[in-house]
Amino acid sequence: MNNQARISKVKIATCSLAGCFGCHTSLLDIDERLFDLLGMVEFDRSPFTDIKHCGPCDIGIVEGGVSNAENARVLREFRDNCKVLVAIGPCAITGNVPALRNNIDLWDCFQEVYLYDPGTEGNQIPNDPELPLPFDKVYPIYEVVKVDYFLNGCPPSPDAIWNFLTDLIEGRKPEIDYKLLRYD
Amino acid sequence: MPPENFSNIEQQVASLCEAHDCEPHRLLQILIQVQEIYRFIPPEAITSIARHLNLPRVSVEGAAGFYSFLSLEPAGNYRVLFSDNVTDQMVGNQELMRQFCSKLWLEPGKVSEDRLVSAAFTSCTGMCDHGPAALVNGQPLTNLTSDRIDLIADLILGKSPVSNWPSALFEVNDNIRKTGMLLDKPFVSGNAIGAVLARGPDATLAEIKLSRLRGRGGAGYATAEKWTGCRNAPGSMRYIVCNADEGEPGTFKDRVLLNSYADLVFEGMTVGARLLGCAKGLLYLRGEYLFLLEKLEGILKRRREDGLLGHNIFGETGFDFDIEIHVGAGAYICGEESALIESLEGKRGRPRNRPPYPATHGYLDQPTVVNNVETFACAAIIAFRGGKWFGKIGTWQSSGSKILSISGDCARPGIYEYPFGTSVQEILDDCGVDEAYAVQVGGPSGVLISWKELDRRISFEDLPTAGAFTIFKRGRDILQAVRNYADFFAHESCGFCTPCRVGTQLQKKIVDKIANGHGTASDLEELKHLGHLMKTMSHCGLGHTAPNPVLDMLEKFPGAYEQKLRNLSFEPAFDLDAALETARRITGRDDPAAHLP
Repeated sequence: MNNQARISKVKIATCSLAGCFGCHTSLLDIDERLFDLLGMVEFDRSPFTDIKHCGPCDIGIVEGGVSNAENARVLREFRDNCKVLVAIGPCAITGNVPALRNNIDLWDCFQEVYLYDPGTEGNQIPNDPELPLPFDKVYPIYEVVKVDYFLNGCPPSPDAIWNFLTDLIEGRKPEIDYKLLRYD
Repeated sequence: MPPENFSNIEQQVASLCEAHDCEPHRLLQILIQVQEIYRFIPPEAITSIARHLNLPRVSVEGAAGFYSFLSLEPAGNYRVLFSDNVTDQMVGNQELMRQFCSKLWLEPGKVSEDRLVSAAFTSCTGMCDHGPAALVNGQPLTNLTSDRIDLIADLILGKSPVSNWPSALFEVNDNIRKTGMLLDKPFVSGNAIGAVLARGPDATLAEIKLSRLRGRGGAGYATAEKWTGCRNAPGSMRYIVCNADEGEPGTFKDRVLLNSYADLVFEGMTVGARLLGCAKGLLYLRGEYLFLLEKLEGILKRRREDGLLGHNIFGETGFDFDIEIHVGAGAYICGEESALIESLEGKRGRPRNRPPYPATHGYLDQPTVVNNVETFACAAIIAFRGGKWFGKIGTWQSSGSKILSISGDCARPGIYEYPFGTSVQEILDDCGVDEAYAVQVGGPSGVLISWKELDRRISFEDLPTAGAFTIFKRGRDILQAVRNYADFFAHESCGFCTPCRVGTQLQKKIVDKIANGHGTASDLEELKHLGHLMKTMSHCGLGHTAPNPVLDMLEKFPGAYEQKLRNLSFEPAFDLDAALETARRITGRDDPAAHLP
């Protein structure tokens, strides 16, 4: 019986790209309902599990926009492996705060940070292949892959996330109560 | 701008404000004059205007920032705005802009370092029969050619005042090709007013009802009903407003009506005033038609001298009515009647919640009738010749005639007047079109019809139109035209409601994506979904109609976009690897991790 239940658990993967982990924190804020959630789902790749690559999943939840090549690779991996992909929070949906850099030329930005900023030593622009290479701009994730659902709020409230996830897990079309759709 | 011109800013603004009685409703007119003097609105002027009009500074700045002809940054002694309607694009406005910019070492949208000149694109300037067109410091430049661009650039480099430029550059013709009941015979001023005074207001309103006249601005509301509503509404003052903010791309018939039939229009307003008991009329002239202002003011002056305006009109004791002209400053949204009223009150042109409608709560919250230029011309004719005569022409639901502004791929662009019910094919035959592929009837907010629908008829029951009629021949890229329209709506959305502000931007992005060869089937679905959202959720007509050209293309012109689609379920909106190029250059990296296939 126990085994049976485990096999039918819904598999979820989550990640934070150019975001602040606030949406993940809000997910943890569902408090004791976490136990109910863990009864229904199993986490694949996620900051909660520290699994590094995403396997076949039912739901992929993406926080944050696409700021660098690594973000794009992770996002593609999610899209390739997840049946349903959810953009959570405005950074994933529009680019939001990280996209404030979109009005600044990348070269100006690098010079300011690595060459001119007081306290920098050696004055060199980092070029190690280990470092993710930034895009000219921060992009919302729907411009890079097909996104199935958008859950707004900065971050979405724990109740909004809970309602959204339980709808999805139980096979309903997610509908968020108007009062739960807000930005504070 | 040399600094010495700023020393007397306070003095100049003070005298400007006083000339307008420090009336907050005159704010837009004051700002337009400040822009004329300094070629932009200096921050000191905003502070000073706010003090004189007793308005919060932010309201003044908000209004100044709203209108695209007003500039909060120096825009050069010569500000050149190239008209970017689809008809201008057909005749090469992009190439002329490039030539102009390279000749003057300019970057589009930016002012030159010596602050001499700037160049940018603007929405349709109502010169579709004179394209490519542009505006220099508000004056229309027409029939531009490569030679003319060279000449203009030389005049600017020689710092020649615009008033000294050769008049051929500014030539605007009426191009009236076909006349009907409105444009046929020269109208004798006073005839309609005389008829109203002889017949009486009630009987004249009955004549208008009998004529079944409907508004010519596009929506087609019954004029008699609108006027009766205003007449019966409680209020201390009543206003009559003529909407000459002809912003719909492809429309220029009001330009011609005001240039050559202004008496007919003013007479129609005066007829309305008598029927409704108005003492004041306002004509909202779009900023692009500033060149008509002097002429129109002269006609108003003459009508006052002839006893057709002012006190005791036509010798009738107590019949007092006068007309004031307000100038707009480049905002399509102000063609929406409640946004127009906001703009008349000196505010940003933001549409109001309706109801209440202007007929009960309009200008200064008083009962107000807002009608199109052509509607007033019709009202004057009906007052003179009677409703029965008018109603005999056209169809039962659409009586009378419609003036069309025809442009695009045809031998004879210009003004054509047709009885309602005329088929598109007949019109195409008249203006010289061999093989029409598509016609945009009523401008981008109207209907895009294909070559299969040429038997459709101009009328409120089939193809309603405010007057635009843009023809595309076979071989024209409909996707490019729709892209132009999507740009237009994204630029002109007033930003007040989210479905329109965001929807028009997303629509533009997706159309661009398809045009750039990155579109997929899911993008088409997204366009339909967006269109539905905008149509149902937007605050005003702009948002309701903004998806029209896109949805019409999806339905009627699959050939325009299908071959551009990728055979995938999804494709990114941009080239990911190319978006890494800047960082590769900065860091000097070329390792595998620095690329995205």
